Formats: sequence, structure tokens, C-alpha cells
Amino acid sequence: MVKAFGEFLLFIQSMLTRKERLAVLWQRTLDECIVIGINSIFIVAIVSAFIGAVTCVQIAYNLTNPLIPKSTIGYMVREMTILELAPTITSIVLAGKVGSSIAGGLGTMRITEQVSALEVMGINSASYLVLPRILAAMLMFPLLVILAMALSIIGGYLAGSLTGALSAQEYIEGIRTDFIPYNIVFALIKSVVFAFLVSAISSFKGFFTQGGALEVGNASTTAVNNSIIAILVADFLLAALLL
Amino acid sequence: MIEVHNVQKSFDGNQVLKGITCTFETGKCNLLLGGSGTGKSVLLQCIVGLMKPDLGSITFDGTIFTNNKVQIRQEIRRKIGMLFQGSALFDSMTVYENVEFPLKMLTPEMTREERRDRVEFCLKRVGLENAGVKMPSEISGGMKKRVGIARAIAPNCTYLFCDEPNSGLDPLTSIKIDELIHEITHEYGITTVVVTHDMNSVVEIGDHIIFLYKGLKLWDGNKDEILNAQVPELKEFIFSSSLVRAAKKVDDETQGGLAAATTDEAINI
Ligand SMILES: Nc1ncnc2c1ncn2[C@@H]1O[C@H](COP(=O)(O)OP(=O)(O)OP(=O)(O)O)[C@@H](O)[C@H]1O
Ligand SMILES: [Mg+2]
Repeated sequence: MVKAFGEFLLFIQSMLTRKERLAVLWQRTLDECIVIGINSIFIVAIVSAFIGAVTCVQIAYNLTNPLIPKSTIGYMVREMTILELAPTITSIVLAGKVGSSIAGGLGTMRITEQVSALEVMGINSASYLVLPRILAAMLMFPLLVILAMALSIIGGYLAGSLTGALSAQEYIEGIRTDFIPYNIVFALIKSVVFAFLVSAISSFKGFFTQGGALEVGNASTTAVNNSIIAILVADFLLAALLL
Repeated sequence: MIEVHNVQKSFDGNQVLKGITCTFETGKCNLLLGGSGTGKSVLLQCIVGLMKPDLGSITFDGTIFTNNKVQIRQEIRRKIGMLFQGSALFDSMTVYENVEFPLKMLTPEMTREERRDRVEFCLKRVGLENAGVKMPSEISGGMKKRVGIARAIAPNCTYLFCDEPNSGLDPLTSIKIDELIHEITHEYGITTVVVTHDMNSVVEIGDHIIFLYKGLKLWDGNKDEILNAQVPELKEFIFSSSLVRAAKKVDDETQGGLAAATTDEAINI
């Protein structure tokens, strides 16, 4: 465990020494942004809209006290999704999607000697293959999280109005009560940290794959497992430190 | 000329290379011959710098490669082209982009047009002028090897390394790939190192042959000498193929040709 962590740190260091030209790095990062960001919009949108809708319906179900105003439902949907559900659930979903594709992609390149081919050309394969993926993830996760925030609030709105749990006016009133802008900043900080964890852990697992197709599959699975655990631990630590 | 001096390498106490000293000559096809598991690939990886030898040194035309400064190692690496056992083409790129890739990365001063000319030249040289738009998954194994060669020679390499260029190919395609490597070597005066265990390649392109056995160099010489070599392990290796045995028999009976061998014991080992 400690050894693995040490190797992980060395891996991050090797990626930062002997970097490629900036133009190449930028181009590669843009390419990865498409794979990591654009291709994940659909799944993130679906998940977050439903999370918002379900949160709204379930809070409404639990909130039976007539003394509490209905607008509280909107307020709670906002607080829960912005602070916790949008960044964390989105990152966990992305750990599954992006993490496995990073680990699988790098693992395949390793076992088919494509990584060696880069090394023989004198290219620092870690910095050429991994750094753009990490940068792209750190750029794209926050954007996807912002999308998730918006869609889960809209999802809550639709669910609330369609099921008749509360009126549109009450929901919007709730959304606008006691808004703390710092919560959004906090959520975005979380998403950047999660992005780093998911992409770096998955790259590490994929990059050092040894063996054949079976090991590539295993590397993907471990990458996703470890990423999710890391997200949850980091979530707790950040909440304890920054809130 | 590449000089390998006393290179040793072990994995977890299992010594794979036990002190190999040999030279690979400029403008020739140097063959690394040996059975499976004798450490040919490991030696090749030590030479190109994918693995670090435990002991010993490797020198490229007088410049020490092992443990030298990063900059000098980079300089040498730029002159190295390599064809991998499984071709190792980048599967997210087309054939054209694969060949263009080392040019893009290593010579940023080249313009797009210059690169295009060079890629087209290299693809033409390996006989694939029309395959540029294809993806690696759409072409056959033999074509992949050709693309691998084109990619290796694109940046005007001085040293070419091929790990089993004809594994998994039919005899005819194998010979074509061998010939291609041989021609390119002589045309551009490249120092070529080919890892093989194929006797066809030996008689076809073996300008200089180094025989490895269990991590040791047991013999070196050229293709005309190999059939008369007096090393038992090498004899066993060569004459394990019944085709070679038959050819040698005919050869002996007619007393001529490539190997005017006289020793009968070579056949009767
Ligand atoms: N990365 C590694 N870790 C541990 N052992 C290794 C490693 N690479 C090679 N070996 C061992 O080194 C020995 C020689 O392997 P090598 O791949 O060089 O054989 P080879 O001569 O190329 O054989 P083949 O003709 O089958 O390719 C084998 O016993 C192998 O188990
Ligand atoms: Mg091998």
C-alpha cells in the first residue's frame, strides 16, 4: 500500500519532468477534452436530472409537517445537489466512464508495445499520454459538474410540478432562499480534486499494466474501484477542511 | 557500429543475460539468432534503452549510451528506428498519421509539405502508397510490418532494430519483409539489428549473425560460415529444421552452392 503510493508519486513526477513542447501538449489536451468531456455530457445529463427529480420527490414525501413551508423542498434540493450530489455523484459516474476508458486505453497501448514505441522515439510516454488526460479531466469535470447542478435543479423543478408536490412558485422561492455562493466554489474545488484523483489513479493503473487482455480488464476494474474509494475519502476530508 | 560490452541483466535472481559482448556493423543486417527465451528481446530492449542493463555498456558509433546524460541519450534515440514484434502501430491514427508521427514529434522545424513528401516517399518505399487512409485495424499483419518499417525509417534513422519481423507471416511475405529490410539497410547504410529464429532469414539476409544461447553469445560470423560452425548448440538449432537438413544433404551431394560443407557430422548430430 505504502509502496504503491510511493510508486504513484514517482509516476506523477516522471510525468512532469522532460515535458513535450507546449503546442503538442495543448493539442493532446484538446483531443482528450473531447473524449473525456463532450462524450460524457449525455450520461451526466441523464444521471443528474434524475437525481434532482428523485431528491425532490423524496423530500416532499418525508416533509409532512404542515408548519414547514413547501418552499423548503426547493431549498433542500438546491443545497443537496450543489454541495454534494452534483460534484460527487457526477465524479463517481465519471470514474466509471472516464476511469475505465483511461485505464483500458493505456493498458492496451502498454501491452501492444505502443508505449515502448513512443519511448524508443525519445518521447516521454508518461507526459505525452498521461498529462493531457489529467489536464483534460481537471478542465472538464468542473464544467460537467456545473451542468449537473443546473440539470438536477431543473429535474427537481419538473418532478415537483409534475407530481404536484409543490408549485413552481414555491420551488423557485425555495431555490432562492439563503443562497451561499461559496458552496458553488466549494463544489468546483471538489470536482477538480476528484478529476485529478480519477484520471491520475486510472492512468497509473493502466500505464503499468503487464500481461495480456485479461490484465487490461483487471486494470480497468481496479482503476474504477480505487477511484471511487479515493473520491469518497477526499470528499470527507475536503468537507472537514473547507466547510 | 554498435558495441555491446559485457551486458548483464537479471529479473528477480533469474539471470537472463550473462555478460554479452558483441558488435553490430554499419551498413549490414546483423542478426540476433537464438531459441525462444534465450534473451534476444531483452538484449534488444537493453540496447534501445527500454530496459537498463544491470552491468555493461552500449556504445553507438563511439558515444556511450548506457548511463549517459539525458540529452546525449535523447540525441541517440532520435537516430533509432524500431520495428516491434507486434508492429505496435498507434491504433487511434491512420497509416499516414502513424508514419508522420515521429516527424511531427522529432522534427518540428519540418513544414507540413515536407512531412507529406517524406511520408509519401516512405510509404512508397515499402510498397503501400495507397494505404495511407486506412486504420491499422483494417490492414493485414504483413502490411502492418511494412507500415512499422516506414514509421521507423521516416526520420532518417541511422540504426534500425527489428524484433522478429516475420513472426506470424507466411513464408512468402516473410521473405518480402526480409528483402525490404535488407535493401533498406544497404541503400541507406543503416546499422540494422534483426532478432530472429527463422533460418530462412539467416540464409537470406544474414550479413553478420550472432548466436545467443541461454544468455550467452556462443558464436558469430556470416551466413556462409554458419552451416559449418562447430558449436554443438548452434548445429542443433540450425539442423532442427528438416528443410535445412534436406537442403544441406542435396548441397553436400552436389558439392557446391552456398555452403560447400564437408562435415558429415553436422547432419548427424
Ligand atoms: N520484464 C520481464 N520481467 C521478468 N522476466 C522477464 C522480463 N522480460 C523477459 N523476461 C525473461 O527473460 C527471458 C528471456 O526473454 P526474451 O523475451 O528475451 O526471450 P526471446 O529470446 O526474445 O524469446 P522469443 O523468441 O520467444 O521472443 C525469459 O525467460 C523471460 O521470462
Ligand atoms: Mg522475443
